[in-house]
Amino acid sequence: MHEYSIVSALLDRVDDAVRQHGATAVHRIRVQIGELSGIETELLREAFAVVRARTASAEAELEITAIAAQWRCCACDQIVDRGHRLSCPECRTPARLAAGGEILLERVEMEVP
Amino acid sequence: MCETCGCGDSDVVSVEIQESILATNDHQAAHNREHFVRDGILAINLMGSPGSGKTALLEATAAALGGDRRLTALSGDLATDHDADRLRAAGIPSLSITTGSACHLDAKMVHKALHHTPWDESDTLFIENVGNLVCPAVYDLGQQANVVALAVTEGEDKPLKYPVMFRKADLVLLTKVDLLPHLPGISIERIAAALAETMPRAAMIPVSAVTGEGIGSWIEWLEAERLGPGSHDAVGLPDSMTDEMKV
Repeated sequence: MHEYSIVSALLDRVDDAVRQHGATAVHRIRVQIGELSGIETELLREAFAVVRARTASAEAELEITAIAAQWRCCACDQIVDRGHRLSCPECRTPARLAAGGEILLERVEMEVP
Repeated sequence: MCETCGCGDSDVVSVEIQESILATNDHQAAHNREHFVRDGILAINLMGSPGSGKTALLEATAAALGGDRRLTALSGDLATDHDADRLRAAGIPSLSITTGSACHLDAKMVHKALHHTPWDESDTLFIENVGNLVCPAVYDLGQQANVVALAVTEGEDKPLKYPVMFRKADLVLLTKVDLLPHLPGISIERIAAALAETMPRAAMIPVSAVTGEGIGSWIEWLEAERLGPGSHDAVGLPDSMTDEMKV
């Protein structure tokens, strides 16, 4: 389970923003987590609840937007359905993951005196 | 202080970041990659379940190459130096990265270990990741290619159960194929079909570290990879599959 190291990296980045803006507390952290990112959102929440103690984010809410996986053709951008071979039904080009790989810190809401 | 009305309350500011949570690791991985590219070293991140045969595969690779290539290896394990000991005995200068409770290697661990390895005297660096089919897939180490060892004993639907690992794989080595005569329920074609659903450029080589089957094809793959990523259109899935099933 690597969600603790993900949360640790997340809080390091949030701390940078806190320092940069001279914030006294973090209210909300918004992240995007893709279905095929390898991060379990429930485990991420649990890890966040533990690791946030004694940081500027101790009272912060973690808002997770889950992003569904979507494969598209590399050449013609057509959607490639899951449950089938991951190549374009039209032109046979291999698919690319167009959405669902996100491990993204979107936004931090902080209290600034 | 709130500047709107002078009430003394703090302002809440919303700051847009839009950055990967793993940006620090990605930055370190890019640094590792610069080293490898500059010195012409092919770096392979070898992943797979515990017991999938990663170490045996590297032993067989070293034996088949017989000194034609200068190999080094980093071996990630929660505890013990056993894998690195085995690889050194096989003639591959190797170092253990003991991760304690961490379930994966990250770019910083690899960078630190490189300082204690004669990697720059080699032309191929194998990073044998911690045996785990989930977490290692998340962390870029600076490798050129991800290779996943999948043993025939692990079951045909492993790629469907662990799609994150297989979507990141550039090559799957189907290991322990010498055991197939004892596994009447296991079909290489069904494993390949599961890979085709999870790996956009599905490529699989069946290998056996015991009989040496497929090791030559794997070495050919490595030589093609040396020419640059994506030189493997010809590998695909095994010839036994129909054209319809091939990706």
